[in-house]
Amino acid sequence: MNTNHILSAFDRDLEGVQAKVMRMGGMVEQALRDSITALLSHDIEMAARVRQDDRAIDELDEAVKSDCARILALRAPTAVDLRVVLSVIEISSNLERCGDYAKNIAKRTPSVGVQHDIMETGTALRRMAEFVQAMLSDALDSYIHQDEDKALDVIQRDVEADQMYNTLFRSLLTHMMEDPRSIATAMHLHFIAKNIERVGDHATGICEQAIYVLTGEMPQEPRPKQDSTTRM
Amino acid sequence: MADALIDAILAATPLPAILVGSDERIAGANAEAQALLGAALTGRHFAAILRQPPLVEAIERCIAERSPQTARHLSRDGAHDTTYEVHCRPLPGLGAGQGDAVFVSFVDLTQMEQAGQMRRDFVANVSHELRTPLTALMGFIETLRGAARDDAKARDRFLGIMEAEANRMNRLVGDLLSLNRVESEERVRPAKRLDLGTLLSSALATLRPLADEAGVELNLTVGQDPVEVPGEPDQLRQVVVNLVENAIKYGGAGGSVDVALTVLDHDAAMRGPAARIEVTDHGPGIDPVHLPRLTERFYRVDSHRSREMGGTGLGLAIVKHILNRHRGRLRVDSAPSKGATFTVILPR
Repeated sequence: MNTNHILSAFDRDLEGVQAKVMRMGGMVEQALRDSITALLSHDIEMAARVRQDDRAIDELDEAVKSDCARILALRAPTAVDLRVVLSVIEISSNLERCGDYAKNIAKRTPSVGVQHDIMETGTALRRMAEFVQAMLSDALDSYIHQDEDKALDVIQRDVEADQMYNTLFRSLLTHMMEDPRSIATAMHLHFIAKNIERVGDHATGICEQAIYVLTGEMPQEPRPKQDSTTRM
Repeated sequence: MADALIDAILAATPLPAILVGSDERIAGANAEAQALLGAALTGRHFAAILRQPPLVEAIERCIAERSPQTARHLSRDGAHDTTYEVHCRPLPGLGAGQGDAVFVSFVDLTQMEQAGQMRRDFVANVSHELRTPLTALMGFIETLRGAARDDAKARDRFLGIMEAEANRMNRLVGDLLSLNRVESEERVRPAKRLDLGTLLSSALATLRPLADEAGVELNLTVGQDPVEVPGEPDQLRQVVVNLVENAIKYGGAGGSVDVALTVLDHDAAMRGPAARIEVTDHGPGIDPVHLPRLTERFYRVDSHRSREMGGTGLGLAIVKHILNRHRGRLRVDSAPSKGATFTVILPR
């Protein structure tokens, strides 16, 4: 928000808390990227690093929320300023969850063997991860640049992420039925795919906050849902 | 330093560049930076805009220690990943109110990164493509030594398959070598002139047996007058052969393949007189999602079908490089169930 405030300390607080949540976003993006790289290259050390670094994300989440509480208590913001503070709290929670998903992927990495036939799923997983990472990155951009079109676009893209998850679900199921020895690995890969799919949902959550700050309203249309695995 | 001067220097910097004040706010950004990072940067906290942890840390350290720092910045340009090396240089006393400032500039390393990635992908692909027939060969050798040792009938059949697999490897190695040759000559302009009409009829004559075998009718339409273009006969012949062969193999279901040669007094893409070869099939057509990637090495619309047909996945890549050398173009028009037209445009 760059509407000039007479109270420049207030402006500094508002911009500072947004910078903090964006910094958190950058850390989550990196955690996700690293967790997938570690998984696909079976890099146990990198996976351990992702798990360790999640603490910093959680700490930043705490810090963002206490900053927001302080702004609410001391400055009693109204209108768009109030929406900014509320949206930052919401986005921080979204990001914190995404960080947990990255950590969970990293946690499963040592258990996912380098079974070759099943790691063909790895290509599909990588594609899905890249797709969802782009959604998260665009979601954060849409928020900070107040770009409503971009936010709406990301929300639409979640359909594709869900479809990718469905495809992965089906192919993992096939693997498990064909070869029961692959069940352990396939289960881990399935949870990982689900984690990635959930990150896509949180990206749309961030976009809804971007739209909320701009318009004062949550997007009207129901969020598109394409997860059909519940019916399989 | 006066703000106007700072803005002028930023504007004159040919790279994306921003100035960050010691208050951690962006004090200025040039047009290149706005194209990369978004508009309305001035006044924002730098970490709100540049949220990637390595870069945030580099700028913080640069402010705190007044020492130059570098970091990577990963971004995306449409569907492509981009990589920037970001240089942070301290400017003591040049910020607002004599405070410090940090000059942050972005050097685009994307092409270098891509070249490395392409090389790695290529080696991986080639190994994979060579290994597939090799695995089959080794499997059959093992069977011939063991279970099928005294089975004359099986031996014959296996030798047939082994021959086909060996041929496939041979074709792949041949295509790799010819791709390599074409690439190394890509900067050398062809010196000779040749008549495309003669070239087309002789190339099609050699393809007729293949077409007959597939039950495909080959139609050639050329005018009366010779159509001369600067070109290397062997290479242009390969272009025609590759395109017509593809049309027979993948579009042969349509029953006929039409090849037409036309001349243009002026073609916009060639910026002058041009010749156009159109190879049209009436087969199943190509889904538009594949069109942009058709000339990529080892890219296949349907890898199973391509393997059955004995394709190497390099045919159109070779066509593209030969046409690059001839300063020509390849255009593909197709839609599912509408057939496909591959158009070669060459300057005259």
